[in-house]
Amino acid sequence: MALPAARKLSQPVSGAMSLGESIYLVEMIKGLALTMTHIIKNIFDQDRFRTVEYPDVRKSMTERYRGAHRLLLRPDGKVKCVACMCCPTICPAKCITIIAGEDPNDPAEKFPVEFDIDMLRCIFCGFCVEACPKDAIRMDTRIYEINAYTRQAMIHNKSYMVDLMDGLKPPAEEFYRANPDSSPAGFSVDQPSVPVGQPAVNQVGGGV
Amino acid sequence: MSELFVASLPYLIALGRCIFAVVFVMQILPMLIWAERKGAAYIQDRPGPNRAHVLGIRAAGLVHTLNDVVKLIMKEDIIPGHVEKRYWAAAPVIAMSVALCTFIVVPFGDNFMGYDLKVSDIDGGLLFVLAATGMGVYGVMLAGWASNNKFSLMGGLRASAQMVSYELSMGLSAVVVFLIAGSVSLSTIAEMQAGVAWNWTVFTPVGFIAFVLFWTAAFAETNRTPFDLPEGEAELVGGYHTEYSSLRFALFFMAEYANMIVASAVTATLFFGGYNTGIVTPAWLREHADWVLVAAAGAVPVLLWFAFEAHKRKQRPFYQALPAGDARLKEPMVFVGIWLGAAVAHLGIGVAGLMGLASKLSLDFATFGMMSGVFESLGMSAETQGTVFGPDLVTAIVGITVLAVKVLFGCWFFIWVRWTVPRFRYDQLMDLGWKRMLPLAIGNVMLAAVWVAVFPTGLLSTFFGSK
Repeated sequence: MALPAARKLSQPVSGAMSLGESIYLVEMIKGLALTMTHIIKNIFDQDRFRTVEYPDVRKSMTERYRGAHRLLLRPDGKVKCVACMCCPTICPAKCITIIAGEDPNDPAEKFPVEFDIDMLRCIFCGFCVEACPKDAIRMDTRIYEINAYTRQAMIHNKSYMVDLMDGLKPPAEEFYRANPDSSPAGFSVDQPSVPVGQPAVNQVGGGV
Repeated sequence: MSELFVASLPYLIALGRCIFAVVFVMQILPMLIWAERKGAAYIQDRPGPNRAHVLGIRAAGLVHTLNDVVKLIMKEDIIPGHVEKRYWAAAPVIAMSVALCTFIVVPFGDNFMGYDLKVSDIDGGLLFVLAATGMGVYGVMLAGWASNNKFSLMGGLRASAQMVSYELSMGLSAVVVFLIAGSVSLSTIAEMQAGVAWNWTVFTPVGFIAFVLFWTAAFAETNRTPFDLPEGEAELVGGYHTEYSSLRFALFFMAEYANMIVASAVTATLFFGGYNTGIVTPAWLREHADWVLVAAAGAVPVLLWFAFEAHKRKQRPFYQALPAGDARLKEPMVFVGIWLGAAVAHLGIGVAGLMGLASKLSLDFATFGMMSGVFESLGMSAETQGTVFGPDLVTAIVGITVLAVKVLFGCWFFIWVRWTVPRFRYDQLMDLGWKRMLPLAIGNVMLAAVWVAVFPTGLLSTFFGSK
């Protein structure tokens, strides 16, 4: 199919108006008709809006969306990760910290004693997923609301990332508060969820 | 009835008319702010304001206007140290009061129990409108000058230059209406356009050109896009109202919308028959008041459809996603109730009309008998005024409603244009005002003189009659 000839960008636009265009009224009515079409369409079919009414309605992410990381488990319930250090090595943000340990019951493989990802530093490039030789880490959780009131709560550790999936686990801070034993180093349950002196959060639903 | 009350009745009625005129403007005003936001959003394919709610009722974003009022009242009223305080404080008051003043000559109906349905019957009605809008420039000018900063001054200068330029075309296009009506009183102009729609001034060639010029000039006079250079935020920060905050800013903000309402009301009266329906004369309405009531029931299917649509909204993903117990969940049903209530009310009005028709009684006795007694005791009986209460009330309500519909459409047009066309450049603005519109307006006045001489009663009326 032949494409229509494009207007040369070097041609000046001004001065090229026809009489009808320079009278302005006809062009004006054309413009008004265009905007009115939008209004009428939008009144009768409000599903045309692309706006997602967050936080009441949440956008469902596609499967290939890179959200928060999760650690996968072997059939025997242990993490697949063998602490090979591929992911912290390739990580351009240097946000993954792994402390490797040995399992006396399984002398063939190492395992991560601690596996922390600092979500404040993570750039969601997905290299860790690419680098993993064991398919132990994936970013298919579709979780995109990663936030907390303290830096400590922004660290996702092994116990949080295991079997993490959207809707299955609460946000990290809430999770650590409920399970203080498995919270990352430095996290304190006593810390108020809203730091003193900070304005209160927006209430969901707004209101007058 | 005490004699004092009867003696003070004319003053009370004058006060009532003043309050009505102010309330008419102030009621439409918040709706316009809402329409501006929602209209802009729908033109740009967005849902627009819909977050704020009172007890779960969001009313499609109308609550945001309430929010605005609260916000503007509660805000700190900052008086910058460098302003000319007296003039600076006077400017927003002038802007708002002038905008409201202009409304006093606009008629809402022919008369009600012998009293004019307008605030003041000034003989030079339209001249008063032109004079008052001329005063309106003082608000903007004083604000710009007294703010004592360069950008505000630029805004004030632009506003005054622009208003003076476009007042010429505005006045000259109003002259065409004087010529056709033979009067400058807005009541006379509205009466002349009674009856069928082709009596309206806009349906004569000269009247149409005058309307286009008048309407364009009205955009410039109200500082609305595409002529909103005085507050061109790209180059002048906020223009003349940069230094204002809190209620003072709110006054400027409201004055803009009040000006739109007044401009629409004046245009409706000059060119679109004002309170006239464009189908029948007020005299016909008085005679057939019962039929008008029956016709009000025609709104019932529309209201039922609204209720049905409101009910359907419950299925929208938004309401489905809300957690149980959210206050907004009950909103669709509240609106179903409101629309159904309105439908029942309209049905009731229709039934009242039918009863009036069936009983062959005049509407006065059928529905307003008791009220009529009250008015008779005030010396406003049928014998003294030649009118009866019921039909007069129906005619007045029809007149006010028709005018309100025309005004709302005019205001909507202002908003519609604002979100359609970009702003003019300043030289283009002056070019349009002085080189295009002014010669056209002068030529049109000459043409109008010839036209009025050839067709004294109007072209279509000459062939088809004016009833």
